[in-house]
Amino acid sequence: MKQIVEISGFLALKEIWRNRSRFLLVSLVIALITLLVLFIAALGEGLGNGNKEYIAKLDAELIAYQSKSDFLIAASRLSKDRLAAIRRVEGVADVGMLGTANATLILPGDVEPLKVALLGVQPGHTGEPAVVQGQQLGTDLSDEVIIDKNTALRSDLKIGDDLTLRVTQGTQDEFYTLRIVGVSDGQQYSLQPSVFVPFYTWDRIKPKSEAEINSSNPVANVILIKLVDPAAIEEVSASIVSQVNNVETATLKQAINALPGYSAQQSTLNLQGGFTLFIGVLVIGGFFQIQILQKVAQIGVLKAIGTSNPIVAMASILQIVVVTIVGVAIGGFMTFLFSLSFPPTVPIVFNGTTTAIAVIALLLIGPLSGLISTRYAVRIEPLKALGLS
Amino acid sequence: MMNTYALETEIVTKTYQSESGVINAVDEVSLQVKPGEFVALVGPSGSGKTTMLSILAALLKPTSGKVILDGQDLAAMNEVDRVAMRRNKIGFTFQANNLVPYLSAVENVELMLRLNGRLDKTGKMRSRELLARLGLSERLHNLPGQMSGGQQQRVAIARAMIHNPSLVLADEPTASLDTERAYQVVETFAGLIHEQNRAGIMVTHDLRMCEYVDRVLQMRDGKLVQIYSTKSEIMELVKGKHD
Repeated sequence: MKQIVEISGFLALKEIWRNRSRFLLVSLVIALITLLVLFIAALGEGLGNGNKEYIAKLDAELIAYQSKSDFLIAASRLSKDRLAAIRRVEGVADVGMLGTANATLILPGDVEPLKVALLGVQPGHTGEPAVVQGQQLGTDLSDEVIIDKNTALRSDLKIGDDLTLRVTQGTQDEFYTLRIVGVSDGQQYSLQPSVFVPFYTWDRIKPKSEAEINSSNPVANVILIKLVDPAAIEEVSASIVSQVNNVETATLKQAINALPGYSAQQSTLNLQGGFTLFIGVLVIGGFFQIQILQKVAQIGVLKAIGTSNPIVAMASILQIVVVTIVGVAIGGFMTFLFSLSFPPTVPIVFNGTTTAIAVIALLLIGPLSGLISTRYAVRIEPLKALGLS
Repeated sequence: MMNTYALETEIVTKTYQSESGVINAVDEVSLQVKPGEFVALVGPSGSGKTTMLSILAALLKPTSGKVILDGQDLAAMNEVDRVAMRRNKIGFTFQANNLVPYLSAVENVELMLRLNGRLDKTGKMRSRELLARLGLSERLHNLPGQMSGGQQQRVAIARAMIHNPSLVLADEPTASLDTERAYQVVETFAGLIHEQNRAGIMVTHDLRMCEYVDRVLQMRDGKLVQIYSTKSEIMELVKGKHD
């Protein structure tokens, strides 16, 4: 075995080195495919994040929706008595109301106003994002706001600044000014940067129809539920549904998949990534197949002088592996250089797991597509060396 | 009795099925080659000499008969054992595409030792010495593409002899060479075979090259039809008095 690896390694590497420009070209094609695959993965991650980031980072295990709302946050309405009822269920550690709406952030000067997700959360309860700078929200009624990192980056607003939101209530445009007390990490929701206000403030300043203006009964969209024991998620979920009327529960994963457009977007990008990998299989497989066809006589000589099939097969696989690794390494480095030049507003996120999966897939397509040419190499008759078939 | 032959075949036959019936490419050929003996296998194209060479080289299994190399029957072996025989006991030069194009002259020669797991310091030195002996000391690190046809053929001879095989086979070693170089190559080959006491067989269509061999076996239609074993017979053949 050691001898097989030694000889096949010697043959494979010598051939690559003595034809290095040709093999480098193939590696560069693989590098471009790598670049494309990694960017598609990063775009999927980035766009997905824009949609789900707030939900994915929640310190909660379950989300309660109005029943038959199909897990659509915007379509669900839960009043305050549901909150109390859910909190009484055994196994629930904390609950928090979440209200979602859109608002326009008016910026000083001639700067284009910024559309933001206006999220109402309960200070001190699950749903309120942890700040990375400044403080958490004060009371349920205060005119305070936490902005997420994306809002801060795009608006140049800082802690202590006043922030003006424009919303439509009835037929009027109303303006509300709030004080920025904290900045959280990235917490985008519904592809928009987010601002977080105390729940009752949210209820006061959110866009309303004429009929809603005078209503005094605050209604949340969903209720976020933190459990005492996250492992008991199924039992607690079942007790909530049986003990509290008119609610249904979703895990964070189910909630994310139900976000409008999320699944469609991710499956589109996954399909693109898959196709790119498939093109990679064809390119690498095609190159090595043509190369083997050109080497029939040469491989015949090797076999005629006593090179065993395992050595021929191993040399062929090693070559493909080396060319693929070099290509993926160059491609990874190119991706890194490109990523440095992107502004933070471009939704491209390099996540360790997705990048690792993409890299492993790229490294596998080489040997996979080389199986055909390797099989062909093994089947070449040594008689070819004599010009016989 | 001790077997005095390096190579011996007993009524070897190779048949092919074709549309017009069964063809005997090699028809009941028995021959013997002693160590240190250089034999030429001649005959017109289609006479079966290349098929015979393939059988002797353990590349092809005969339909019937025995091929005994160093006391072992090649015809009775499986492919794995035949590969081992080719690597260990047989040296080979081909008409064309002889050398591995991405290995230098010395690497090509060393490859035989490498395949046999015998590439040590002595082996490396012997490879260089043998190439120097063949007039290639300036060409050790050249790739085949950078050498002339005669130089490549001489590297192939070195590769065929470096691992001390019992049997050395050459398929048309002069096919791509001009007359002068062809004579040089065959003369060198004959010298090494005699000196190192190997059994050597050369397939050639060029009767002039028989000047350097000890025996000429002539084939026609798959049969061994004539053996020239004295110097005078061979020289008559070379000068064209037969055929």
